[in-house]
Amino acid sequence: MTGALIAEQVLNGLQLGVMLFLMASGLTLVFGVMGLINLAHGSLYMVGAFACAAVAKATGSFWLGLAASLIGAAAAGALVEIAVIRRLYDRDHLDQVLATFALILVFSEATRWYFGSQPLYLSVPPLLAGPVMLPGGIEYPLYRLALIVAGLVVAAGLFVLIAKTRLGIRIRAGESDREMIAALGVDIAGLYTIVFALGAALAGLAGALVGTIQSVQVGMGEPVLILAFVVIVIGGIGSIKGALVGALLVGLTDTLGRFLLPIAFSSFMDASSATSVGSALASMAIYVLMAGVLVFRPSGLFGQAT
Amino acid sequence: MNREALASLVLAAGLLVVPLIALGLDDPFIVTLATKVAILALAGAGLNLALGFGGLVSFGHAAFFGLGGYAASILASHALNYEPVFVWPFEISGTTSMPVIWLVAMVAGAIAAAAIGALSLRTGGVYFIMITLAFAQMIYYFAISWPAYGGEDGLSIYVRDSFPGLNTLDPLQFFLICYVVLMVALAFCFVLTRSRFGLALQAARQNATRLAAVGIEPFGIRLMAFAISGAITALAGALYADLNRFVSPAMLNWHTSGEIMVFVILGGVGRIFGPVAGAALYIVLEHNLGGLTEYWQLPLGLLLLAVVLYARGGILGLVSRQVRHG
Repeated sequence: MTGALIAEQVLNGLQLGVMLFLMASGLTLVFGVMGLINLAHGSLYMVGAFACAAVAKATGSFWLGLAASLIGAAAAGALVEIAVIRRLYDRDHLDQVLATFALILVFSEATRWYFGSQPLYLSVPPLLAGPVMLPGGIEYPLYRLALIVAGLVVAAGLFVLIAKTRLGIRIRAGESDREMIAALGVDIAGLYTIVFALGAALAGLAGALVGTIQSVQVGMGEPVLILAFVVIVIGGIGSIKGALVGALLVGLTDTLGRFLLPIAFSSFMDASSATSVGSALASMAIYVLMAGVLVFRPSGLFGQAT
Repeated sequence: MNREALASLVLAAGLLVVPLIALGLDDPFIVTLATKVAILALAGAGLNLALGFGGLVSFGHAAFFGLGGYAASILASHALNYEPVFVWPFEISGTTSMPVIWLVAMVAGAIAAAAIGALSLRTGGVYFIMITLAFAQMIYYFAISWPAYGGEDGLSIYVRDSFPGLNTLDPLQFFLICYVVLMVALAFCFVLTRSRFGLALQAARQNATRLAAVGIEPFGIRLMAFAISGAITALAGALYADLNRFVSPAMLNWHTSGEIMVFVILGGVGRIFGPVAGAALYIVLEHNLGGLTEYWQLPLGLLLLAVVLYARGGILGLVSRQVRHG
């Protein structure tokens, strides 16, 4: 085990973390502003990945595909918000869970029907292909490094959007008192559609970016959705800052757990059982982290006490 | 007799009569479908106790369903190989006796539910939904990556477990076992929800602060209800494993949690026979739509959306024409 190997795993953890942030920020924004729990967020991630793969295949350009993922996911999000989601804001969470669960079935089956069950593959654009040499002699894939940078740039952009722009002011006002800003003449229905589409676009972007290093297939959004839930439970629901901290914690815990636990167990076990015990426990590490946070802070690290 | 009670009687009688007629018409597959309805309704009845009566929206009941299934198949596989499950601190050997397996499954489900509940009930609302989901996924990933009991491939039960005095390999006799278990569980739920405990549980759903003010701590009531709910769903899991003679991590997957929830909501939340109506409709739809198109979950999803948006209260809510309060 060398320093370079550990550094590489830390970078992998950061990469997973920033991608989780793209998912979790949309979820937490939608919950914070509209009070809606959206299980279909993973489907929007899938829509983004499929839009990117289809357009990239048709035009040969990854960048056009990336634009398509943003537009496609935002459009799907806006459509779903207008058709279904807006009827759910004043319902209880049970109805929201069931309706968005139904939306997952619809999205998944429609995608399977249109694209088939075979996974699609996206290739890394030539500009970002190949490894890059980092200080300290670490060789790391340029594309993954670009993912980390892109995620951090989007995170910064989101903070600026929420803190500095007129839209951000309205979003924050909508979080604290929806009747009041409606009374002040803000088109609350339109604002909700915009917020939902924004969250959808972030999920779609994450789907397209991650789809390039994994495969693009039906059901790809669901494992990520559950990780994103863990992230916002740890960070505190409704808090963008919490989502960022939670996402990085979860990304690093998961990646380093999978890397370090088998090594730790091999110091007192034979290699094959150390691998199986280590990886079984590593798959539980983030949930243990979540349980630990809940014991000390039931409403998450940055959540408001309920 | 009100309309809901009448509908419940019709459901109970129908679930018993349909397989008998099917057997007379020499269509044994219907018996298997009816067995599946009975078992899934039992899983739903477990969830209904927490979700319908306690207001605890658990999205992690697949964990208990799967644990029950694994309890059945692990005990059966050890009995087949004549290997004890544990040798320390005391020896537990495998078994193929259903009553013993049911007991083990229910205890395992209750312990798991108590542990998950103790952490999740510290929070409420949307946190509770996500946390129960996350803990169920934890168990799912553990089952996938733990190779001792089949890992991702699952574990087979080579010969269906036995029940004293009955031949469980006969589809009708196995159906009757499941049917009786379901009816006993529903009767238990009926009595429980009308007991002091059940009234306190429903009071905790309607107004926890007021319940605390009259001197009953909601946390303990909810935790107990969650554990009982987990035990019932685990019992269903053990029967389901015996029906398929197979368990796999798919039983623990969150899709299973969603389906169990769908049975409850489709049938009618907080109504004793709601899960029976929901599971029956779901299985009929799956069987018929699945024959028409490979993409049967698309119309199912649209139907669910329609139920949530326009038919609140589910099937029994429609039939009884009564809004349930609180």
